[in-house]
Amino acid sequence: MATTTPDIQGSRGAKSATRPGDRIFSGLSRGSGITLLVIMAAIAVFLTYRAVLAVSDDSTNFFTTFEWNPAGSPPVFGIAVLAFGTVVSSVIAMLIAVPVAIGIALFISHYAPRKLAKPLAYVVDLLAAVPSIIYGLWGAIFLVPYLDGLNKWLDQYLGWTYVFDKSSDGVARNLFTVGILLAIMILPIITNVTREVFLQVPKMHEEAALALGATRWEVIRMSVLPFGRSGIISASMLGLGRALGETMAVAVVLSPSFVLSGHLLDPGGGTFAQNIAAKFNEANEYGRDALIASGLVLFVITLLVNGAARWIIGRRKEYSGAAA
Amino acid sequence: MAKRIDVSGLSAYYGAHKAIDDISMTVEPRSVTAFIGPSGCGKSTFLRTLNRMHEVTPGGRVEGKVMLDDENLYGTNVDPVAVRRTVGMVFQRPNPFPTMSIFDNVAAGLRLNGNYKKSQLADIVERSLKGANLWNEVKDRLNKPGSGLSGGQQQRLCIARAIAVEPDVLLMDEPCSALDPISTLAIEDLIGELKERFTIVIVTHNMQQAARVSDRTAFFNLAAVGQPGKLIELDDTERIFSNPSVQATEDYISGRFG
Ligand SMILES: Nc1ncnc2c1ncn2[C@@H]1O[C@H](COP(=O)(O)OP(=O)(O)OP(=O)(O)O)[C@@H](O)[C@H]1O
Ligand SMILES: [Mg+2]
Repeated sequence: MATTTPDIQGSRGAKSATRPGDRIFSGLSRGSGITLLVIMAAIAVFLTYRAVLAVSDDSTNFFTTFEWNPAGSPPVFGIAVLAFGTVVSSVIAMLIAVPVAIGIALFISHYAPRKLAKPLAYVVDLLAAVPSIIYGLWGAIFLVPYLDGLNKWLDQYLGWTYVFDKSSDGVARNLFTVGILLAIMILPIITNVTREVFLQVPKMHEEAALALGATRWEVIRMSVLPFGRSGIISASMLGLGRALGETMAVAVVLSPSFVLSGHLLDPGGGTFAQNIAAKFNEANEYGRDALIASGLVLFVITLLVNGAARWIIGRRKEYSGAAA
Repeated sequence: MAKRIDVSGLSAYYGAHKAIDDISMTVEPRSVTAFIGPSGCGKSTFLRTLNRMHEVTPGGRVEGKVMLDDENLYGTNVDPVAVRRTVGMVFQRPNPFPTMSIFDNVAAGLRLNGNYKKSQLADIVERSLKGANLWNEVKDRLNKPGSGLSGGQQQRLCIARAIAVEPDVLLMDEPCSALDPISTLAIEDLIGELKERFTIVIVTHNMQQAARVSDRTAFFNLAAVGQPGKLIELDDTERIFSNPSVQATEDYISGRFG
């Protein structure tokens, strides 16, 4: 280079290749990066291969069949019931958890006096750390009998909606209960993340609204919620991811069956994760491959949901608070 | 309608800390009053007591009286939200609502205040943007986000937003300190036009600016760090800059101090 000043960039770049510490570190990090990728690719290939094997031997349509009998001859199994149960219970969970979480987060960040906000935030933190099997046991022992009454009430007054029409007797080991339990389980994590986001709203945005004569609620509507929008979506996706994949709590609460019913209060149904946990031990090798195939579908659903969330967040980027 | 501000015996606190002490002054309608003084003497604090923004700060507390014509802003039955709708404020850093379009930014205060027809809203937004000398620059992109404008344009957008609701008083806290000289001049010109309609109070660290835009100038000072700020004198701007009656004012203005 024909510069008179020392070429700092160039000399540093040239030197780093010769310095042993740098060389070892870059070799290590590159090596572990590549190893990780190779392992992940190997897992993906392995799972896909097994899944394809199983599905190609399935004598019925894998996506539309309401049955799970891979050990039969010919094997008959499909994910329709599982996909329905997983999506419905997660949607119920989101419908309940997201608004409540936003409410609690707003209360902690903008309404509660500081003396109350601190312990409250701490309790929510604690709840997020409770293992899911504990929620499951609590749900089966406490929530199910308690919800029996609610189910009867819903059946009586909202039975005409079809969804809440309870056609059979029996305890509330149904998708509706699972949805409520999942809502309770994902509430803390959504609350925590949204609360953090609400606390980060720049003071100048809130003061902009205040100075125009906005009430506290109007400040929240004009400044806090728009600023927190992408954070709310991210938090919800975090919760949704947990709800979609939740295994133990669902397995404990639900009395599973391969019936697809829009009557959400009737016992039965199932989810991907619950079905895998319930069937894996007694399944033969072929049955396990079938379960792997169902797991891959769950994985694809999760990917799609995350992609959709990213798309929503990215769509109005120029309006996001980050640009200011 | 522009109104007279009459402050008497006003002190403001942050928790136990007294930030300003026993301030009394009168600000005439349709005039520009500049607040000058060293950093930390309580100019912003005092300004924010004039639209009851001070009490938004945790621990913020005010004693004394602020009369707007014949209404005490700190009277027992006065709603601070209502006060802020009649006393507008422009901040040091431009703060348009980042998620709103230019149009919605200007309309934001109107939408809080009541029901306007679409056409009415469009008229007022246009009039306010013209009033803030911003209309020609943004009329083709009213639906674009306000945060996409330059700093100077954003500050004029904030002024448009503040004047759209026709406040009685317009408070400005160092509105040009984040701006380049050309944007600064644009806003100074604007202040000259706005004082035909509003009572304006502006905090500034720029002596030339105070001399250029204001009719009256108030000098604040504090005895020592940690002491409350006080109003030293308030007089016609010309007098303050040529022949102030207090020695401290002259020292500050001539740069021998602070
Ligand atoms: N949020 C706050 N909490 C506690 N004390 C504060 C707060 N804001 C300001 N103060 C104190 O109040 C006093 C006056 O501050 P203020 O911001 O009004 O000064 P200022 O004259 O506007 O200064 P500047 O010219 O730097 O803007 C200072 O001593 C400051 O430390
Ligand atoms: Mg200040």
